[in-house]
Amino acid sequence: MAFGVLVVVWTLLPLYNMVMVALESHGDVFTDAIWPPHPSFASFWIVVTEGYWYLEFFWHQFGNSLYVGAAVTILTLLIGSLASFSIGRMRIRYGWLVSNAALLTYVIPASFLAIPFYRIMQNYGLANNLWSVIFAEVTFATPYGIFIFSQYGRSIPIELDESARIDGASPIQIYFHIYLPMMAPALVAVGTYALLLAWNEYLYQFLLLSSKRSMTVPVALAQFLNSDEAPWNYMMATAIVYALPPLAIYYAFRGRMTAGLTMGGVKG
Amino acid sequence: MASASVIGFSSPAVARRIAPWRYLQGGLKGSEYNWAIAFLVPYVAVFLTFVVYPAFYGLWMGSDPSLYTELFSDPIYQSTVVNTLLFIGIAVNLKMFCALLMSGFFMRRGWWVKALLMIYVLPWAVPALPTFISIHWMLNGEWGLLNNAIYQIFNVDGPSWLNSRWFALGSAIYSHIWKWMPFWTVILLAGRMAIPQELYDAAKVDGASGWRQFVHINFPLLANLYLICTLLSTIFTLGDFNSVFFISGGGPANSTHVLATLGIRDAFDLAKPRLGVAAVMSALPLMIPVVIVLMRKLRTAEVQL
Repeated sequence: MAFGVLVVVWTLLPLYNMVMVALESHGDVFTDAIWPPHPSFASFWIVVTEGYWYLEFFWHQFGNSLYVGAAVTILTLLIGSLASFSIGRMRIRYGWLVSNAALLTYVIPASFLAIPFYRIMQNYGLANNLWSVIFAEVTFATPYGIFIFSQYGRSIPIELDESARIDGASPIQIYFHIYLPMMAPALVAVGTYALLLAWNEYLYQFLLLSSKRSMTVPVALAQFLNSDEAPWNYMMATAIVYALPPLAIYYAFRGRMTAGLTMGGVKG
Repeated sequence: MASASVIGFSSPAVARRIAPWRYLQGGLKGSEYNWAIAFLVPYVAVFLTFVVYPAFYGLWMGSDPSLYTELFSDPIYQSTVVNTLLFIGIAVNLKMFCALLMSGFFMRRGWWVKALLMIYVLPWAVPALPTFISIHWMLNGEWGLLNNAIYQIFNVDGPSWLNSRWFALGSAIYSHIWKWMPFWTVILLAGRMAIPQELYDAAKVDGASGWRQFVHINFPLLANLYLICTLLSTIFTLGDFNSVFFISGGGPANSTHVLATLGIRDAFDLAKPRLGVAAVMSALPLMIPVVIVLMRKLRTAEVQL
């Protein structure tokens, strides 16, 4: 039981700090209090009404984050499932080369490609454009999708495809009417993964988005840090508002998420 | 798999018997072949445009040998290499070992263990950036929560965590472990749950104690998964930008950079992108062997499943 208390304290300390500071007034932040002396939701009100000069585009930036998240999720599911259908179900020749390429991408740290990626986006004329971030995140989310889709796809009998084929179904019909419905759990797992990846990612968003109107919430939030007198209570309130959607999605789809994450190694 | 409901994963890939892979009867016919290629085109295009092209662009940017003379003679780079090795060595091993122990703990039954697990996975479910900024302020020497708590309890002033190299690096390592330990715990927990209960029952009949169970059942069955996770985590940790950037910011006086943050600093703060690429490329001798072993492991694991 004592161990359980230790685990809770370890886990919740930074999160408690976030909530505590968000509930404090600016003056109370700079005291030695360990709980908010006069708790209030004033900071949250400031955030949702954009009532501070650093927050003037908060909802616009939140919309940017949503836009990026949705686009990354849809593209990852589409590109990943098409590729794994071609490799795993249709068994296209040299398909293994593509799955190895995906595996290789999965084990390269994204931050190591950031500098050339930035240069290339400048060349493509996509600098300061949300689509540069979307492409970057799709690039790093899709390999995981292909990995999970091919593993899950093997539990679906190939006879389904074959009988549809004998009835004269084209590959695109098999993809839409048999493959996608059967893959629903894997699609949920990978979709959640892609959305959370987009929500977690900072480096590419920071490098590629520079104007206030094109920024996403994490980039705007980190900008606070550079200001002379960081308004910690507003920052923490912003952080909590930003953290709520993924938390809700995570706890809603938690079961499916971990299913995929167990990976092949489980069987030893 | 009643106990699987602890984290409630329906784990189809593990639980279900998987039919052997085989080809469509008669292979692909003319138009089907075209479809198969068309389905593959989007991913291949993404891979070529956003992985191969940047990778070769990076290799070209970092190909000038004089960059490396400049890099290796930089004292900041030298301390960065030490930091990176310490960061990986300590963070990866400590995190994985604790995750292994925690996954054993979460195998227990009881409602409060389930409730605890729901709380325990929070660091992973909350986005990285908000919590790292929170930890940054929490560790503030003057007004941070941690030192306030230390003062209230022990009536002494805590150290200023982010103002000395070793405390700041330790804080970054702490944040990394805090953020990523739940993730690996869940993976190892799933690995433990895939072990058939009969093995434990048989061991019990033979009178094997907890420790002997671990040596003869858990360890052999988990060793491969643990190795894969450790290698994967090594790569991910090598590329971890956020925990150092937001906790210590590389400071004080650029003494706590790791290669991932130093590359970005050189490229964008100093406006020397080629030097930044060189800093990142200098990690390749460490990275390539790990990637090769990992690729093999992941491939064979895929075949076995």
